Amino acid sequence: MRAPEACPDCLRRSRLLAHLAPYIEKIATGAPGARSPELLRLSSEELAAAAAPKVADQVLARVAAVPERRLFAELQGALCWACCRHDSWYPAGLADAADAPWALIGRGDPALLGRLRPDAAVTVVGARRATTYGREVARDVGRELAAAGLVVISGLAFGIDSCAHRGALEAGLTVAVLGCGADVAYPAAHRSLWRQICEAGLVVSELPPGTGVWRWTFPARNRIMAALAGMTIVIEAARRSGSLITADLAADLGRDLGAVPGPVNSRASAGANDLLAGGACLVRDAQDVLDAMLGPGARGVERVGPRLDERLLSALVALEAGEETCDAIAAALDLDGAEAAEALATLEALGYVRCSLVGTYSRTLLAAPDI
Amino acid sequence: MTKKCRFGALLVPTRRICLPSVVGVLATIQTFVLDGVCARPVRVEVDVHRGLPVFSLVGLPDTAVREARERARAAVTNCGFEFPLKRIVANLAPASLRKAGPGLDLAIAAALLVASDQLALGKLPRLAMVGELALDGAVRPVPGVLAIAEEARERGLEAIVVPAENGPEAALAEGIEVIGLESLGQLEALATGGWVPARPQPMPLQLDPGVSGPDLCDLRGQRHLRYALEVAAAGGHSLLMVGPPGAGKSLAASRLPSILPPLAVGEALEVARIASACGRLGENGVGGRPFRAPHHTVSPAGLVGGGNPPRPGEVTLAHRGVLFLDELCEFHRDALEALRAPLESGWVSVVRAGASRRLPCRFMLVAASNPCPCGRGEGDPECECTPLAVRRYQARLSGALADRIDVLVAIRQPGAGEIGGPPGEPSSPVRERVATARARQEERLGPGRCNAEMTPGEARECALDDEAAALLAESYSRRRLSGRSHDRVLRLARTVADLAGSQAIGREQMARALQLRRRDAE
Repeated sequence: MRAPEACPDCLRRSRLLAHLAPYIEKIATGAPGARSPELLRLSSEELAAAAAPKVADQVLARVAAVPERRLFAELQGALCWACCRHDSWYPAGLADAADAPWALIGRGDPALLGRLRPDAAVTVVGARRATTYGREVARDVGRELAAAGLVVISGLAFGIDSCAHRGALEAGLTVAVLGCGADVAYPAAHRSLWRQICEAGLVVSELPPGTGVWRWTFPARNRIMAALAGMTIVIEAARRSGSLITADLAADLGRDLGAVPGPVNSRASAGANDLLAGGACLVRDAQDVLDAMLGPGARGVERVGPRLDERLLSALVALEAGEETCDAIAAALDLDGAEAAEALATLEALGYVRCSLVGTYSRTLLAAPDI
Repeated sequence: MTKKCRFGALLVPTRRICLPSVVGVLATIQTFVLDGVCARPVRVEVDVHRGLPVFSLVGLPDTAVREARERARAAVTNCGFEFPLKRIVANLAPASLRKAGPGLDLAIAAALLVASDQLALGKLPRLAMVGELALDGAVRPVPGVLAIAEEARERGLEAIVVPAENGPEAALAEGIEVIGLESLGQLEALATGGWVPARPQPMPLQLDPGVSGPDLCDLRGQRHLRYALEVAAAGGHSLLMVGPPGAGKSLAASRLPSILPPLAVGEALEVARIASACGRLGENGVGGRPFRAPHHTVSPAGLVGGGNPPRPGEVTLAHRGVLFLDELCEFHRDALEALRAPLESGWVSVVRAGASRRLPCRFMLVAASNPCPCGRGEGDPECECTPLAVRRYQARLSGALADRIDVLVAIRQPGAGEIGGPPGEPSSPVRERVATARARQEERLGPGRCNAEMTPGEARECALDDEAAALLAESYSRRRLSGRSHDRVLRLARTVADLAGSQAIGREQMARALQLRRRDAE
């Protein structure tokens, strides 16, 4: 099998973006109307002129002067591969976008690029400051979509993104799209997650290896995420959030849009609820996503857990009613502390509940047969 | 030239130094200085000979010891003795040991009296002296008398003279005669046999906390916390409570000593020795197991011991008791890191330029924390903590110290019905169950040991029934337990089974242990 390839011109474009990053930062974040994806639609000369009118020629000349050999040697040095828009490996979804990156640079097994088709990939985005509810849903949806054979795309950020990645890693393939070089683990706290994805999935970026993050690279990264997937799901987004930018970009490309509903009085979910009101597909679990993408009933998700006895069932019901500590369950069911502990440990072992670092319990998406 | 010598066994030595123009008389008296929580022997040698009237003190004394000269001078004259107007040299041997504290006063004054021929201790048994002098000759109490009396016994001395106020404390040491001295003047009557002191009544050893201590019945509701406290107490497991402010974390921790089993006599002596060395004996009237709750601003040295010369820290003061760290996440990171080795080994080695000390610190760690910096918890819509702040905060709950914490309890605000409800189960029945479980552990592991101290080998030898083993294996893969966690779950399960009185660990006991075990960070 042939490895993905990139032509020097497309790689030079990546390099140009890296050189222009500080200039684009100034104009993309300075003017309220200027959004980076629109800038990225321009040709290299126009982009340089728009971003750095004074030094445009110098920058262009410098990029053009980089020898071909060095371009490829740098990729190899960072253990990355590249795949440009003229290559057959280039993901089909990206071709739909007018502002698509010229080359995609990534880490991980490049053979997995073949699975990155819009009809088999879902992008999951959401708040970095997510609640336990959002994180649970992201993780469960990520895992079940991956288990059903879809590719779960997200951005490696805190909160929803990392949970979707983690869930998908448990069951299948996940792709992280970064706003920095593919060899840069950002945020640094997610270095181990980044490494796991490099080993089991793909990490891709349009920027050359070693490039740091800029504010404008996040919306730019969002456009790649929106274009790669057939459907974009928003979990927990506030009204003015980057996740909604991704949703807009996906809608502009004619992709499906889904959102997970949140409490109506929660600011963290206001943006997601707005999307639903505006006609986005309601996502309660992975099955809703599969139905929307593949047609109703085309593929099912195994989500029903084993049968529970009466006491475990009542503990589960109490947990669903909003009790989250072992003590609250004990008080609600009039059990002593030891019995409640035993019930929760059993439910956890069966996969119905999950315990946080600080000892509070939350419900997973696994349905019980009798509820 | 010759004087009639009246020195007994200990005051060995009258060595008379005959030089053409100087005649000296030498007296020595055994005493001790406190070094951490144990005593080091010191000999006081006083030499009085003709010359300009000077009183010099040599042998690496600190300021308090150097001032003993003035106290001894005043006490000697105020008790009706004569202060010799001669050249007096007091030497503290061994000269290499740094001497600190006022406990040498009595020995220096007594040796001075012997050397100036005003006192003859020849009829008395081999003895040591320790005590601080007031200017009027009264003998004031000093710290560490228990450790000193025990050390004196180990060194083959037959009697020890201590301040009268420290008499009951010193009398805890068996096998050595204890003489409680109120004033320097009494020494003469003691030496001549005119006063035969009675052995002071030993201070009662408090083995259990007694009735006046805080009782577990104050904890209303909180059934899970009660259960976790019982398991932690039964196996000596460390405990972390996470919950909003005011939910009862500190209350629960302060009740923990009341459900721990009574101290054994040997353990109570260890506690008393440490309390005595820190001058705290008799300070907490209830006695029993110590409960220490240092504020979160405590320095590493304050926590594990430090300073020069090294002094015991909070962990040593909590020996055989409970060390409670409220607001765990607010503690200095280096202070918490310093706790790791002592937690594992039960000892802390404090090494300073001049001295190195090994202090005992076998304590039970109990910690409390808020779930996030604002305390409300992420589930609360009012919580405004940023994810980074919460991450940073909780990262301290998953650090290397937290790895050594066994039990995690999430606490919530108790409901109005529970707060106003009947009082909970009192401490005494809980303590009985805990003591029964501990007795089973000692039977299996040997005296004084509990499940928390099991080696990994011992933990893996615990009998499991098939269902329990299956549950553990399932959780091991689902929760991705680390090897350390695996062993700790086994130890916890063993304690739960000991509480239930069963031989092998059953499924329900394993489930309870898994629920109590702290979660590993992802």
